[in-house]
Amino acid sequence: MHYEAIVIGTSSGGMNALKFLFSALPIEFGIPIIIVQHISPRSENQWIKLLNNNSKLYLKEADEKEKIEHGKVYIAPPNYHLMIEQNKTFSLTIDERVNYSRPSIDVLFESAAEAYKNKLIGVILTGSNSDGTKGMKRIKECEGLTVAQDPETAESSYMPASAIAAIQPNYILSLENIIELLIKLDKPIIN
Amino acid sequence: MRYTDTSEQEILLLLEAVYHKYGYDFRQYSQAHIRRRIKNRMAMSGLEDIFQMQSKILNDEIFAANFLQDLSITVTEMFRDPRFYRSLRENVIPILKTYPFIKIWHAGCSTGEEAYSMAIIMQEEGLYDRTTIYATDFNQQALNQAKEGIFSNAMIKEYTANYQLSGGIESFSNYYISNYDNVIMNQSLKKNIVWANHNLVTDSVFAEVHMVLCRNVLIYFDNNLQNKVQKIFYNSLINGGVLCLGSKESIQFTDLHDKYTELDKKQRIFKKKY
Repeated sequence: MHYEAIVIGTSSGGMNALKFLFSALPIEFGIPIIIVQHISPRSENQWIKLLNNNSKLYLKEADEKEKIEHGKVYIAPPNYHLMIEQNKTFSLTIDERVNYSRPSIDVLFESAAEAYKNKLIGVILTGSNSDGTKGMKRIKECEGLTVAQDPETAESSYMPASAIAAIQPNYILSLENIIELLIKLDKPIIN
Repeated sequence: MRYTDTSEQEILLLLEAVYHKYGYDFRQYSQAHIRRRIKNRMAMSGLEDIFQMQSKILNDEIFAANFLQDLSITVTEMFRDPRFYRSLRENVIPILKTYPFIKIWHAGCSTGEEAYSMAIIMQEEGLYDRTTIYATDFNQQALNQAKEGIFSNAMIKEYTANYQLSGGIESFSNYYISNYDNVIMNQSLKKNIVWANHNLVTDSVFAEVHMVLCRNVLIYFDNNLQNKVQKIFYNSLINGGVLCLGSKESIQFTDLHDKYTELDKKQRIFKKKY
């Protein structure tokens, strides 16, 4: 099975988790990664610069209609929902907040599940509300791979625990092991 | 059949039905958004698949009206993106000041919060008496609300913060009267706003204006429709007129990218070339 995209959702504690994740992923990591991190609507993109300082991969804010490309990392801009079209391009909307959040993890995950079907990996990390649970459910329905951070190891356990309670994710792992898994799944299988 | 199996073609068929029966054209909207709205409406109304939904749209006008409201985005706020309004004060007002009268077209004004914000700025700059703001939307229900100028008190704290960040120097409470859970915008702000029903998808040039504001509307359109609407804006602007888009919208990928200069690249403010 070769996966075509990874979606990651996180809120509180997410900055540290993402910093750790991107300091560990190798430069040749190929599957595009799309992230929703809950942030203040007026936030500037300083924090993306911070992440880029420690990352071998290049992280950028997703633009509307931008084509999702191999080897790139995209982040939902503040105060917009990020969605994925069937043709693997981004759409942004200013629709009402979902789970008090814009961007919302559910909105990204549900549209990603419908665009990538079983070629999608959904990862839910540390966070303190239940955004992302419905999205993980949809990814599972569309036969994508679901991964939750082990709540015991998360800075905020609520978000991954909520997803785990609602679905049985394929994997419940520490961040270190999630990184290992993603790197393994990124490599084409050679017999 | 599960919702996840709904294909692009089935959604297009549904939108075709909406267009032929009601004249509202969503066929060139970005599909992820439409898909989400359809799914929500289906869940709310207990419909099992998109064919049931289509038949309900064609045979139940109240259901159809609700669905049309679903597709129209009415999320907005006063001084949304304060940095944009600050740039407007600094970079655009000096241009507008040079005209003996000023016409502004606010396309897709929804419930009017940003039109009132514009009126406040023009009043503070001493320009409002010679300004007309044409505020248009295709959603009549939202327009009626805009005309009333009554907004929820719960939002005022945020609007006040936005106003101050936008460079506002007055007390924001000067612009409304509080009435229990609501605030009513001052009559003096309403006097030069003309509210009108206009559909960017199916109608053409609205008026000749000095400035067009259309923020966070184009993101819902596909490339073809974006191009078409950008042409309407271009043809509405006088030479040297100003186009203001949402913070994630651009003219870069349209046919008109070389017909404007940038007044503020980051805040997406453009000036039509002479």
